[in-house]
Parts: sequence; C-alpha cells; structure tokens
Amino acid sequence: MTALLDVRGLVTAFPGPEGDLRAVDEVSFQLARGEVLGLVGESGSGKSVTGFSIMGLVDPPGRVAAGQILFDGADLAQADADTRRSLRGRRIAMVFQDPMMTLNPVLRIGTQMTEALHAHVQISRQEARARARDALGLVGIPSPEERLDGYPHEFSGGMRQRVAIAIALLHRPDLIIADEPTTALDVTIQAQILSEFQKLTEEQGTAVIWITHDLAIVSGLADRIAVMYGGRIVETGGIEEVLRAPRHPYTRGLIRSVPSENTRGTRLAQIPGVTPSLGRMPAGCAFRSRCGRADAACAARPGRFGSLGAYHRCFHPHEETLA
Amino acid sequence: MITTLIRRAIQAGFVIFAMTLIVFLGVNVIGNPVDILINPDLNQAERLRVIQNLGLDQPLWRQYLGFLHGLAQGNFGDSFVYGRPALQVIAERLPATLELALCAMVIAIVIGLPLGLYAGLYPERISSRLIMTGSILGFSLPTFWVGLMFILLFAVQLGWLPSNGRGETAEFLGAKWSFLTRDGLAHLVLPALNLALFKTSLILRLTRAGVQEVVLQDFVKFARAKGLRESRIVLVHILKNLMIPVITIIGLEFGSLIAFSVVTESIFGWPGMGKLIIDSINLLDRPVIVAYLMMMVVLFVSLNFVIDICYTLLDPRVRLDGKG
Amino acid sequence: MDSKLADTAGIAAAEEAPPPARAWPAIRRFFAAPSALVGALGLVAIIAVAVFAPLLAPQDPYDLMQLDIMDSRLPPGSESFAGLPYHLGTDGQGRDILSGIMYGLRTSLIVGLASAIVAALIGTTAGLMAAYLGGRAETAVMRLVDLQLSFPTILMALMVLAILGNGVANVVLAIIVAEWATYARTARGTALVEREKEYIEAARCLRIPGHRVLLRHMLPNCLAPIIVIATMQVARAIGLEATLSFLGLGASVTQPSLGMLIANGYQYLLSGLYWISFYPGIALLLTIVSINLVGDRLRDVLNPRRAR
Ligand SMILES: Nc1ncnc2c1ncn2[C@@H]1O[C@H](COP(=O)(O)OP(=O)(O)O)[C@@H](O)[C@H]1O
Ligand code: SF4
Ligand SMILES: [Mg+2]
Repeated sequence: MTALLDVRGLVTAFPGPEGDLRAVDEVSFQLARGEVLGLVGESGSGKSVTGFSIMGLVDPPGRVAAGQILFDGADLAQADADTRRSLRGRRIAMVFQDPMMTLNPVLRIGTQMTEALHAHVQISRQEARARARDALGLVGIPSPEERLDGYPHEFSGGMRQRVAIAIALLHRPDLIIADEPTTALDVTIQAQILSEFQKLTEEQGTAVIWITHDLAIVSGLADRIAVMYGGRIVETGGIEEVLRAPRHPYTRGLIRSVPSENTRGTRLAQIPGVTPSLGRMPAGCAFRSRCGRADAACAARPGRFGSLGAYHRCFHPHEETLA
Repeated sequence: MITTLIRRAIQAGFVIFAMTLIVFLGVNVIGNPVDILINPDLNQAERLRVIQNLGLDQPLWRQYLGFLHGLAQGNFGDSFVYGRPALQVIAERLPATLELALCAMVIAIVIGLPLGLYAGLYPERISSRLIMTGSILGFSLPTFWVGLMFILLFAVQLGWLPSNGRGETAEFLGAKWSFLTRDGLAHLVLPALNLALFKTSLILRLTRAGVQEVVLQDFVKFARAKGLRESRIVLVHILKNLMIPVITIIGLEFGSLIAFSVVTESIFGWPGMGKLIIDSINLLDRPVIVAYLMMMVVLFVSLNFVIDICYTLLDPRVRLDGKG
Repeated sequence: MDSKLADTAGIAAAEEAPPPARAWPAIRRFFAAPSALVGALGLVAIIAVAVFAPLLAPQDPYDLMQLDIMDSRLPPGSESFAGLPYHLGTDGQGRDILSGIMYGLRTSLIVGLASAIVAALIGTTAGLMAAYLGGRAETAVMRLVDLQLSFPTILMALMVLAILGNGVANVVLAIIVAEWATYARTARGTALVEREKEYIEAARCLRIPGHRVLLRHMLPNCLAPIIVIATMQVARAIGLEATLSFLGLGASVTQPSLGMLIANGYQYLLSGLYWISFYPGIALLLTIVSINLVGDRLRDVLNPRRAR
C-alpha cells in the first residue's frame, strides 16, 4: 500500500539570533487514506508548524530545511509554488485554531466561500453560491442562504468554526489538517463540532491530522497517534497500542496526567519540571531534563526504534503496559 | 446609527461655533477692527461713517451677533482689492484649487498606494528600502523647496514643462478647468506633483504599516490555505482591510491639501484660493481673509464629519454597533 | 560596517572623558547607525557656522556699506569689484550669497529653536496638567488639542499671521500655536500610563504635594518622547518659517532667514540666475535633513518599543 501522506525526516527551521531553531526536527510519520492521525503534544512542541509545513505555509523567514513530504507519491517539499497552491484547499485543507481570526472581517461569508471554489474550479457564480450554501447547511448552520450575505462578526465563535470547516470540506479534500479546531470554543460546542466533524470526514473518506494537546479527544477519534516533544515525534503508532503500552516516558507521563475512570480518587501524576524553550532544549534526548529514567546514554540523540509506522525515540523505553 | 450621526453633527456645529468666536475675537479684539474692516485709504469723516455703518460703535456682543448674521448669509463684506463680495472672489478661485488638490490626491494615491503595498509585502528588498528612504525625504523636505527645484530642473534647465499659471482652460460645469486642454494639462503637472509629494509619502507609509500588520493575520494565512492566488490575496484580502485607514487618511488629508495649496499655488503662480489668501494677507484685504478662514473651518469640520460617516459605512463591525 | 563605525566613535568618546554610566550605552547605540553620525556631524557643523558667522563670513551681509551694487548678481566663483572671491555668487543687491547663508542660518536656527522650545514648554505643561488633574480640565485641554490637530499646521499659522500681521515674532508665535498640541498629546499619553501606576497613588495618599508628583515622577517619564518630538519639531519649525518667509509673511528684510534669501532669488530663478535661491535652499535642506537624521536615531535609541 502507498500511504496518502508519508513525511520523512521533516525539518522546519526558523532563523534565530544564535543560528537556526528547529521547530520541527526530523519528523516522520505516515497516514493512509481515510485514516485519522492524532498529533499530540503540549503548546510549542511544533504541531502547528508541522501542519503548516505540509500545507507549504511556513511563515518566512522560517523554511522547510530538510526532509520529504510525499503526498500521493509526489514530494511536496520539492514542488513548485503553483503546484502547491493548486493542492491547497483542493486536496489538502486546513482548519485553524482560532475561529475569531480565520475569517476576513471585511468580506462576506459568501465571498470567502465562493472564492475558495473559484480558485480551483471553473464554475458560474450561481453554482458556486449554491455549493457554498449547501456546504453551510452540511455543517449545521441554520438558514444558510441568508447567512452567506453575513459578515464574520455576525457569527459566534462556534458558527465561525463551522464556516471554516465548511470551507475546508468544499472540495472534498483527501486530507484535512485540523489544528486544534475546538480548543478556543466552549466545552459544549466543542463536543458538537467534534462529532459533526468526525461524521462528515468519515462519510467523505477524508484522512485527518487532528492536532491537539488533549489526549482525551484523540483517544476517541484517532486511528493512529503521534506524540511530539520539542519539535520531535517521540512516539507514534496505532492508538490502542500506544495508549495501552506507551514506550516513551513522555507519552507515559502525558497519559498519566489525564483524569479517567481508573485514576479517580488518586492523585494525577504531573510530569516534573517545565518544557524548556526551543533554543534551550538539551542536546541528545530533548526530554532528558525532565525524565526520571535519564542517564549518561541519553546525552546522545535517540534514533527511531521501530518501523516507520510505529516507533519511539528512547534509549530506555518502558516495556510494561499501563495498569 | 442615527443617534451617532446626530451627536456628531451637534459636535461639528459646536466646533464651527467655537471657531467663529475665535476668528471674531481675533479680528475684533487682538487685531484692530478698524484696520481690518475698513479700507485704510478712507479719510477721517468717511471712517467714522463706515464705523457707524458697520456697527463698530456697538457693544462687542451685538457686533458678534451681527458677524454671525452676516456669516449665515455668506456675507463677509466687499473685498477692498476687488470691490466685490469677498465670498464671490474666493468662489471664483475655488475650481483652480480644487482641480489642483484633486490631481495631487490622485497622484498621491496612484503612486503611494502601490509603492506602500510593495514595500510592505517585501520589506527586505533593497527596492523597498529605497522607497522608504525616498518617503522620508518626501516627508522632511519643505514643499516650497521641492517646488523650486522642480522649476529649476523641468522648466529652466530642461525646458520641458511650464512653471507659471494655469495655461489654457476649457469650460465645464460652469467653471474653467486646465485638465481639459493639452496646454492646461502641461501647466498642471508640476504643481500637482509638488503638492502631491507630501501626501504620497504619507499614504505610502500608512499603506506599508497597514500591510505589515495585516499580512500577519490568521485570515491571510487561511486565504492561502484555501489555495487562493497571490493576486487575490493581496488585492482583495489585504487591500480591502487597508481601505478603512487609507480612505480615512485620504479624506482627512484632502482638506490639508487645500490648505497647503497655499504654498504650491504661490510658487507656480496658480490662480487659486491659496494664492488669493497670500495676496490678501499681504494687501491687508481683510474681508477676503476672514471669509477664507471661515470657509476653511467649515470645510475641515464637515470633512471630519463626512469621514466619520464613511468610516461607519465601510467597516461592517462599526455599522452593526451603530444599529444596536 | 556599522560596528566599525561604532567602534571608532566609541574609542573617540572614551578618550575624552568617562561619561555617566547610564548615558554611555545610549550614546554608543546612538552612534551605531552611520546615518546618525552623519546627521550629528552635519548638525554640529551647521551650528558652528551659525554661531561663528561673524568670524567666518567674508562679508557682513547686513552692513549696507559693505555691499556694492556693481557686484550684484555675479555667478559663483566671481571676484568682487575689490578682488575678493564670491564662492557662491551674489544676489540682486550685490550681497555675497555665502555670507548671506551663514547669517541666514542664525535667524533660521533661532526661530526654529525658540518656537520648538516654547511650544514644548507650553504643550508639555498643558498635557501633564491635564493628565494630573483629570476630569473637566483634562477633557477641556484634550478637546482643544484634538481641535487643533484636526487643522493643518499651515492653516493655523496663516490664521495667526492673518490676525496679527507679518513679522518674525509673529511667525514664532504662529509656529507655537500650530505645534503645541503635539507635545500636549504626547505628554498626556505618557503621563497617563504613569498615573495608573501604584506609586503615584501612594504618593497621593502620602499627601506629597502635586507639583512634586508632577515634576519628580510624571515629567521624567515623558521627557524622552518629548525630546524626540522637539528635535523633529525644530526641523519642522525651520521649514515652516522658511515657507512662511518665502510667502512673504515672515522674517524682516534686514535680517533675512534662509527662507527669505530663497524668496529673494525666486524672481531671478526663471532667468537662469539659479544660485541666488539654490545655495540657500541647499543650506536649508542640509539643516533639515541633519536634524531629522539625529531625531530619527534619537527616537530609536530613546524609545525601546520602537527599537527592532
Ligand atoms: N513564525 C514563527 N517564527 C519563529 N518561531 C516560530 C514561528 N512559528 C512557530 N515558531 C516556533 O516554533 C515552535 C513550535 O510552534 P508551534 O508549532 O506553533 O507549536 P504548537 O505545538 O503549540 O502548535 C515554537 O517554539 C514557536 O516559538
Ligand atoms: S532517551 Fe533517556 S532521557 Fe530521553 S526519554 Fe528515554 S530515558 Fe528519558
Ligand atoms: Mg499550535
């Protein structure tokens, strides 16, 4: 089988005062058609930049410095700007974190939807408008016809995120990168949008990279998981295996810090220490400064242990399953 | 929306009222009203008669009411120099100034906006830095100095363009316009460029600052994520967000263009209101001076008012707030 | 390139005298930009020329006895009737342009400095008082400032001159009237930030007299932006004075400023006698650009928010 998306050794760097800072550092993962990958990690671990790298939207002066992004067999890292543009929004779409900022405040919702259609297909205005209206209906926006003429500020945060999702779904893309699309919303609305999003992508057979810092969301949603720390994927694999028997101490700490049925009544285990900023990551294993199992061996950089589809980066992995 | 409008209108009215007081007090208390309102060539008996005629022997508040009364009817007295109503003298010069200011504004927009857009989109390029350095010069060089250099270079040394007067004019809408004839157009070029220089720099810098702010916004990135072409992102998503500050500035600065045309008109012998007011100050033609000042006050206050309204119409967010 | 210049500037400064510890890095940073060095050198030269004009100038342009009508309108490089060189030529009265510029600089600088300083004093006081007093007084002052700022400088100046008549003193007054509001707004803005801070509240509770709070706490904090604005404003004032003089509303004929010199040559410009206007114009340009270069750099150095 060829994967829909096959990222190999991706490095995305931002120039800093003391040389390049690698916000994404040798990241590799695979994703099959229709599959959902949960990309998990705390804030600043490089999840968004990974997503933007795939989209080809890294803010200059940042750049993809190394690696391959094989999408349907073709390397996007090498593709020219025009090819990338024609893929964006059509075959790979993205939903951003903050719905209050994603829509242009001075353009009507209808305009922002139809322009996304016209960017890729030659259709009449009427047809574009009809398709936009249908897309709004699909994501559960009442009286979509009238809403097309509204401006973003007339929509609530949840409604705006629905609009953004509708825009992402317009061309029935092969892959949607959802960058914490529910984080900025009220809890009740989070659940609604989550389930609707899940339903729609399932129906359309869309593969999804769901970026989040919330393990709980991923466990119910994803087929596969990749855990990021300090710009690297420290562990990846099938969702059940990783949650049942996390190998990397960081993954394990992350899971332990999530409240669940089993841990009710016991104290939640927090990972000790704080995440160093990107420029202050220790050499070797980046987790070394907070890891209880660290020893002299960890001063070297751990490579990938395992296959491309299921690996971890730890010299002293846990072998036992979680209680 | 309506209440905002009314509130703004009342404020504007109040400002105009305050300015009539200032001008009235300036002319009648600080300056000597006899010098100001009476032709100095008259003899003593005639003076006294005119003083009585003008009510200058009346108490100040009555004089002020009289002043307001005349103002309301657009009556500022006759120009000493032209012997005709001051307002009429000014009105005759209005088209020339309007033409000059409009041309300058168009030039400022046509040059400033694209250059600012470019410098904002590609701030690192050397060409952008050159543009910004140029705009600093445009800001700091006195307009009259640049005007002189224009004359020296394009009129005297190269002999390409005329440097004095409006040239041939043509009638349109009951006024004379230079831009309708070839000769007039040639006469228009240097003064319009000169007057435009400062505003070009202003619009350029404003646009650049706006672009640099807007390009960082998430919605621009989202527009890219939709696969839009760069041209659409720049011309629709970025530009439309810049329109509010830029239009505000264009509106506000149009008044200042008319005020600054005083300088340009004097250099290029352009027979507009600006040259008139300078001549009038030098000739002590006070009725014209007072009329001009009051006209400018009204112009500025109404411009501010109109811009407020435009602002409301342009920005959907403000519009809704007004409705609620 | 920058660092090299900075180093030489640094060494030169270090050899003089040890400056106060806090000023040192600021001065060093100031000269780190070559443009600032150029501007500062230019400004020093211009001020020196203005101050020592009577010693430097080949001729006293105000002394009619020294003028020779036989020498009028001579091109640059000519010799006087008496055999002295006119490096920049002469004007319509046979006045040496170079000497005229040197003396003209004095008038221009004095007008620029005087109006900028007085406007700064008035504006800063008004702004600080507004911020300190708050309430009605604040509203009144700021309304006036807004009103003032909605009219362009030249219109305010024209209004003053139209009411008071022409002349140098009135030009200074006109510039002050036109520019005080900028200072007031800035002073109030920075003082407002301070007002919210706790120590001001504390000072009030301790019944420390108002003028001490104003002078010791609010004033020092708005000093930096005021200095920057004042520097730029000197250049603006010089330009405005030149403009008004050029329009025939300004300086006296006996002590012509640069603007007046330019105006005098304007009538000859079209007949190709460019130098009468051109060289005073260049002097004006150099003065304004030097001041602006210094002011621009001052803003970067003194205002940490703008430093990038
Ligand atoms: N435009 C940028 N310029 C410089 N650094 C950036 C930029 N965007 C992201 N980074 C850095 O990259 C790292 C990863 O950021 P990001 O991918 O946004 O984290 P998250 O996992 O929270 O999405 C952070 O340390 C951030 O500081
Ligand atoms: S490599 Fe060492 S420091 Fe890193 S996670 Fe494994 S044990 Fe801890
Ligand atoms: Mg993120």
